[in-house]
Amino acid sequence: MMTLDKIDLDKEVMIKQVKKECLLKRRLLDLGFVPGEIIKCVLVSPFKDPKAYKIRGNVIALRNLDAKKIEVEYERN
Amino acid sequence: MKEIKVALIGTPNVGKSTIYNTLTKSHEHTGNWPGKTVGVSRGECVFEGIKYVFYDLPGTYSLISKSKEEVVATDFILFANFDVAVVVCDATSLEKGIYLALQTKEICKRVIVCINLIDEAKKKGIQVDYELLDEKIKSSVVLVSARENVGLRDLLLQIRESKESDYLDIDYGILNPYIHEVASKIKTNKYNPKWIALKILEGNQYYVDKFKKLGIEAKKQEDFNIDVNLEVAMKMLKRGKEILKDVVSYHNNDYEKKERKIDKILTSKIWGIPIMLLILFVTFYITIVGANYPSSFLFSFFASLEEVITSFLEVLKFPDFLVSLLVDGAYKTLFWVVSVMLPPMLIFFPMFTFLENLGVLPRIAFNMDRAFSKCQACGKQALTMCMGIGCNAVGVTGARIIDSKRERLIAILTNVFMPCNGKFPSLIAIITIFFVGLNKEYGSLVCAGILTGFLFLGIFLTFFISFLLSKTILKGEASHFTLELPPYRMPKVVDTIIYSIKDRALFVLGRAISVALPAGILLWFIANGHIKGTSILTYLVQFLNPLGVVLGLDGVILLALLLGFPANEIVMPIMLMGYLSTNTLVEMDNLNVLRDILVNNGWTVKTALCFITLFLYRFPCSTTLLTIYKETKSKFYTFLSVVIPLGVGIILCLIINFIFS
Repeated sequence: MMTLDKIDLDKEVMIKQVKKECLLKRRLLDLGFVPGEIIKCVLVSPFKDPKAYKIRGNVIALRNLDAKKIEVEYERN
Repeated sequence: MKEIKVALIGTPNVGKSTIYNTLTKSHEHTGNWPGKTVGVSRGECVFEGIKYVFYDLPGTYSLISKSKEEVVATDFILFANFDVAVVVCDATSLEKGIYLALQTKEICKRVIVCINLIDEAKKKGIQVDYELLDEKIKSSVVLVSARENVGLRDLLLQIRESKESDYLDIDYGILNPYIHEVASKIKTNKYNPKWIALKILEGNQYYVDKFKKLGIEAKKQEDFNIDVNLEVAMKMLKRGKEILKDVVSYHNNDYEKKERKIDKILTSKIWGIPIMLLILFVTFYITIVGANYPSSFLFSFFASLEEVITSFLEVLKFPDFLVSLLVDGAYKTLFWVVSVMLPPMLIFFPMFTFLENLGVLPRIAFNMDRAFSKCQACGKQALTMCMGIGCNAVGVTGARIIDSKRERLIAILTNVFMPCNGKFPSLIAIITIFFVGLNKEYGSLVCAGILTGFLFLGIFLTFFISFLLSKTILKGEASHFTLELPPYRMPKVVDTIIYSIKDRALFVLGRAISVALPAGILLWFIANGHIKGTSILTYLVQFLNPLGVVLGLDGVILLALLLGFPANEIVMPIMLMGYLSTNTLVEMDNLNVLRDILVNNGWTVKTALCFITLFLYRFPCSTTLLTIYKETKSKFYTFLSVVIPLGVGIILCLIINFIFS
């Protein structure tokens, strides 16, 4: 299963689900991290963690530990 | 006069505070980072015979979550007594604004959607069909550009004209029967029963308890296997998407590409950290170079006034001791503080505010987060550290942006390791004299470098102490957080300068003066009061001397560091006064004089190093300490905030002594 922390830079993916054990789930829902939403990684910090993602027009930084809890898949055209 | 109470609601960083400030003419600090407003501020204005009272709520992504600012906002909207809710949205990213607007419409009956930053959206090629939006969202939509003061009149008119409408009714699909069942048993005409029912289904204990206290109670009948939070968010997002369909269209994306390019440089593996350091260095360098001349000008100006004031007081037949008290005690302390502090602040604060408004600080937090997570702390601590460079008290208050209590305490307890602006002038003077040498070529450059170095030490100590705290008193794992990287916004230069001078520089100066005046008078008494022919000052210095020597200092320096508790700015003046044992503060129109005084009193490079160390790391100033107590509401943590830096300072001094011996 591919997770958000592993995706390539600047490639759009679709969120499949935010795992239940993710402690940020509630906050992430508000930011639009819901199944079906398109997201892409736009920035990687100097130490590779955190990374920043563009979703619903905002750029949001997440630690890899949290991004791991978000399952994604490459969009089929 | 008729009065309308208005609540300003919005996601973080949409310019809510700018609207509030412009309307109420107040000066809530705005900055380009999320979470700048942490409490509810109240301000008012009068327009066409009606008094508008505004409440500026903290920025929040939703009215459901559990973070501090979100609870403050939601509680206010639910339980405070106001007439109209204005939801401020960002025209460049309408989705999140509309999401919040829809949630607000579930709780409030009079809602206005205020779309800010329309100029920015135009620049970015984002086109919004506002008439269609108005029609689809069924609330009045007002367009403003608060920075340019466009549309605010219209906003006031719309607030006046707004009418009550029904609560927003969202189709929650499979949740509907459950909601209906719970809601049907709730009798209230003040709140939306459906919303309360949702809270109960979500199992949001905080609101279940709150409503219970109001006599509104209901239970869900059965447990069901549905992720209520997800369902609610999905349905709300879906409704938002439907509303925005055909409303928003994008024309070119070049603007965003440019932004990402800048971001990639600022956060790049190789350049990210060096660029941040360079920014700090350049800021210091400009401050040091720029402050030189105005400082000496102010000195000679105030010094020349001294005789005039003295003779004036003598003409008025003031007794000698009173003239001495007023001129040597009060006036000299005052002009010392003003001449030393004002010029660097007038240069430093505008530059800092500029960086802040530009949106650079969240990028710094982004770059540094890995180091914080290694210390089990929060990356947002980088933001509070930046604020601490301006003023530690502000940094401590700013720690509210950190959600986890443990990480917030770490940020508060370590904030004092960032040297505040009040320490810079004295640091610059000592560094120039002992480490750079006077009148050297490139002297300012070297000085700025050394100052950056000390700051670096502060950053290192912050990490180290954060790490120790996480392993001992404040044990715990790094928590989870999201950090928004807002779009860059070119600050308006003139506004930035006016704001930072009026609200920051003069504010800090005012505080310093109000502390320096009584301190000056107290010092005069200490220096002039005699017991058995010896001044009180001498007694104190002799008493402190042994301890001072152990730390590589002397009694005078130690006394100055102690008496400087109310404000870091007055440490140097007190010290010089002690050395000269004249009854007054010293006139110091150039660094040569200062060097001679210090060297004649036995200062060496070691003394300078020890002084800087203990000056940087001793205890927070009185204002900061009071703020720490207010924020933590704990004597223990306030005590810790004194002991930790003091301990570090003393240990470092002992190490320096050991190395030099």
